[in-house]
Amino acid sequence: MSEIWKTSRAWFERLGGLFHKAQREAELAAELESHLQLHVEDNLRAGMTREAARRDALAKLGGVEQTKERYRDRRGLPFLETALQDLRFSLRTLRKSPGFSFVAILVMALGIGATTALFTVVRSVLLKPLPFKDPERLIRLYEYSADDKFAYNVVSGGGFAEWRKESHSFSDLAILGEAQYGLSGVAGQLPERVMASNCSWNLFPMLGVEPALGRGFASADDQPSASATVILSWGLWKRRFGGDPAILNQTIHLDAKPYTVIGVMPSWFAYPEQSVQLWTPTYHEESPELMQAIDDHEFSVVGRLKPRVTEAQARTELSVIMRRLHDQHLDIPFVSKAANSRPLLEAMVGDARTALYVLLAATFCVLLIACSNVASLLVARGATRRRELAIRTALGGSRRRLLREHLTESFVLSLVGGAAGLLIAYGVIQWFVTTRQDMSRVEAIRLDGVAAAFGAGMILFCTFFAGATSSFSIKSHQILSSLQESSRTHSPGQSPVRLRKALLSLEVGLTVLLLISSGLLLKSYEQLRATHLGCITENVLTMHVDLPDAKYSQPTQRLAFFETLLDRLRTLPGIRAAGIATSVPGEGYGGDNGFTIAEHPPLPLDKTPYAIHRWADPGYFAALGIPFLRGQIFDKNQRLEKASEVIISESFARQYFGAEEPLGKHLLTLGRKPQKIVGVVGDTRHRVWERPQPIMYFPLYSGIRERTTLAIRSTSDVTSFALPVQRIVEQLDPELPVSDVLTMGQVIGQSTLDANFEATLLLAFAGLSLLLASVGLFGVLSYIVAQRTPEIGIRLALGAQRGALLRLTLLDGLKPAGVGLALGLAGAAAATRMISSLLYGVAPLDATVFVAVTTLLLAVAGIACLLPAWRASRVDPVIALRYE
Amino acid sequence: MGDKADVWQGTLALMILKTLETLGPLHGYGIARRIEQTSGDLLSLNYGTLYPALLKLEQEGSIESAWGVSDNNRKAKYYKLTSAGRRQLEREARDWRQAQAILAKFLSATEPST
Amino acid sequence: MSESKLDLLQGTLDLMVLQTLAAMGRLHGYGIARRIEQVSGDAVLLNQGTIYASLVRLQQRGWISAEWGTSTNNRKAKFYSITKRGRKQLSEDAAYWQRLSEVMGRVLALPEGSDNK
Repeated sequence: MSEIWKTSRAWFERLGGLFHKAQREAELAAELESHLQLHVEDNLRAGMTREAARRDALAKLGGVEQTKERYRDRRGLPFLETALQDLRFSLRTLRKSPGFSFVAILVMALGIGATTALFTVVRSVLLKPLPFKDPERLIRLYEYSADDKFAYNVVSGGGFAEWRKESHSFSDLAILGEAQYGLSGVAGQLPERVMASNCSWNLFPMLGVEPALGRGFASADDQPSASATVILSWGLWKRRFGGDPAILNQTIHLDAKPYTVIGVMPSWFAYPEQSVQLWTPTYHEESPELMQAIDDHEFSVVGRLKPRVTEAQARTELSVIMRRLHDQHLDIPFVSKAANSRPLLEAMVGDARTALYVLLAATFCVLLIACSNVASLLVARGATRRRELAIRTALGGSRRRLLREHLTESFVLSLVGGAAGLLIAYGVIQWFVTTRQDMSRVEAIRLDGVAAAFGAGMILFCTFFAGATSSFSIKSHQILSSLQESSRTHSPGQSPVRLRKALLSLEVGLTVLLLISSGLLLKSYEQLRATHLGCITENVLTMHVDLPDAKYSQPTQRLAFFETLLDRLRTLPGIRAAGIATSVPGEGYGGDNGFTIAEHPPLPLDKTPYAIHRWADPGYFAALGIPFLRGQIFDKNQRLEKASEVIISESFARQYFGAEEPLGKHLLTLGRKPQKIVGVVGDTRHRVWERPQPIMYFPLYSGIRERTTLAIRSTSDVTSFALPVQRIVEQLDPELPVSDVLTMGQVIGQSTLDANFEATLLLAFAGLSLLLASVGLFGVLSYIVAQRTPEIGIRLALGAQRGALLRLTLLDGLKPAGVGLALGLAGAAAATRMISSLLYGVAPLDATVFVAVTTLLLAVAGIACLLPAWRASRVDPVIALRYE
Repeated sequence: MGDKADVWQGTLALMILKTLETLGPLHGYGIARRIEQTSGDLLSLNYGTLYPALLKLEQEGSIESAWGVSDNNRKAKYYKLTSAGRRQLEREARDWRQAQAILAKFLSATEPST
Repeated sequence: MSESKLDLLQGTLDLMVLQTLAAMGRLHGYGIARRIEQVSGDAVLLNQGTIYASLVRLQQRGWISAEWGTSTNNRKAKFYSITKRGRKQLSEDAAYWQRLSEVMGRVLALPEGSDNK
């Protein structure tokens, strides 16, 4: 015990020995001096001469300096002391060049910040397990569509029922459907549309999640005959119901029908999507016919594998069941022949994966560039300090010590930069989470301990990369030779310059890689923006109007509403046109129908064609400026059960009629009477990046029970009509929610959001690295010129032409840039293949992008080199020769 | 560890403590002289090595120091034993005697056979 | 048992090993440990494993050598023997220890609080 106490006390004292150095040093000197004096006096008394007495005393002591050195070793903590000394030294040198330090720290902060932020996103979204019980046994199940077009198609209610009945691979299987409800307002609240999910009662138990409040669905709730129940999301409960627990067992109105609230989910729970605000039981919500149909693909299915069953075994089993179902119903088209599956995590993050990895790779490139720049700056500084270093080496400062100084210096830079970088990362993540609410699992993104550890790792990485790389220039023989150099500061020795040029080539190469990748993404984004949807997009405003079934149960009621609404809108001053359809271009697929052409010979069942369906009012085409190519719009009598006409799109006509005249022919769709083709309109795209597909338009005035989109077009700023239009809707039905009020530009913007986001981010990275690389070029060349000023002076004095000198210096800087460019182009050619899935209408080896990047880089490199080169050519030989 | 140097460090520390116990407060030079006197020509002592040893003992709290004036009116740093140092001295002296006994037995019991 | 005592005795362990090998001839690690225990009781070796650190150190300095052999009860064992340089070292160290011991004896023999200046 006393030993431990003694030792720790001694350590504490030694730690204290690190401070008040001067005072302690003085005291030691005084003590030794008094020692010597005492000894000398004794010696004098013994009869020695003063000189001999002193000499003897010193000899007995073993030298004053040696004693002091041994004493110091004991006084402080030598290793800590040198570290502190290095640190102080670095801080002093960094303070002496604030410009350099600021740039280096900024560069490190941006590099480390961006990399840490992206790492956090990637880890949270792609690598963290789902927050469910045994998430690795959860898989998402799909039908593999019979025509091979959709490898991961959603599942039919009948298919699911069959799987559930026949399969043995799963401990449980759950089904989910998408839904939207109009949530009625109470006590003065506005009605609102909420995204919802209907799910079978066993979904929550299967995921291992329990409601935070109340209970989950019971199997009794999940039946057509049950009374209506709903479970709220935590967010909706807080926002709309003030977080009041008394909401349990209360009734709320969805689409004007009463639902009993039975539970509230925990705040973290966001499945299937962040935007889902409430859950209802599938079998209660959907018609029994839909739940039994085997050719109507509407649902998501999730299963929990039994222990020791592999995903492949389960998939095979479901495929066998699917195939049997297909063979049993050869009379029904669109029954799948196989099943498909992927882990639930993969299904949820799906498309984000490539983009995120690309961004992560990009940030890492920026970090490497940042490190190279700092390393290069350190080399430059090291080179100007060569003589100082050489002297210190000769005096016994070891190479190790010099290496340590470089490392300490880059450590200080990385540490300060890293700390700032973590702040940046925090900001970036906050920003990312708010901008990308649409991305799945965005709620899991958090800057946690692992991310902080990653940041710390990045700091160490930067320390070693920058510190060690820059130390390659320290070679002992060169240090010695620099002492032998004449006092004239002639050529600086080749090694540091060569190293800096190599670093520069690396930087330029990575920059080119980033520039090309972002160029390609940007070009595909532009391509997307420029894609013609097939309709007018200027001054068009769209909004969703959804008539609740309860209040508008009769087709006549719906018809009356649509007609009154459109009449009123069309008389609104400033409105050029208004129309209603089930989906407007750019808004999404929206559903399809199989059909046959009555006048054509019958096709085998599994060859039955299908096309996207839309319901539109007669004014819709004019409202959106979709051109009429042939025939006419729906006749005035096309209302309710009299509706029997259809309008087809251009590609529909081309694909199924060829040269034949489509007008007057009839389409047969399931469960409807023959529909006569009365017109052909221009193609539109349902997604900007998808090719136009065949579309058939049915009369909206048949009183169709579907979600609808209202579109109005105005002469001037269309957004100013948003309020008047909503007021008109309110006059017609105060409880009717209007949602997603967007201009056509915004509709397109939403579907190109991802592309825009990735392109912008990558471009920002590329711009940053271009800046860094040009700063690097400028720095290296300025340095070379400064070092060679005397040489240039001599050349000029000997009659060299200034023009030739300019060329020479310029080439000196452009050469490493050229090497980097070649490296970058080669790297990009290989790397861009990996981002091909993110590209639209642009080849990975797009010539314009490659040429543009090459030109841009050469131009920037040229400008960065021009100033130092010009300076070199302006050197005054007299001054240069005097230069010391 | 297990080195002659360590043995010497331990021995020197013990000698310093014993000297201070015997003579009372004393400056570094005085301690050195005293140890040298006692050891006669058996050991050659480098006075300088004494100071790190004094510092170590002070850091461990066995001795303390203060500036004072010597017999011949010279300023000097005086060291004196603390009570913890006194206890340490007792313990280490006992241990040393025991070690000495063991080693003596060793060296005498088994004289090198050649 | 206080640590300082161990320190001191640990410091003399090399000396004891050399002395043992010089006295007993070729011996394996266990034999050396047993011998040291016999003479010193349990004061020197905290456990018999400590002997091996010393054996490695002495080998590195070339003061002892080692070879594989068979023990009296037919077990394979590594046998150590002292080298010529080891003997020289032993006599030096033993002399040093004798001197140190004598000086220490004199120092410790001083009466407490006496001042024989």
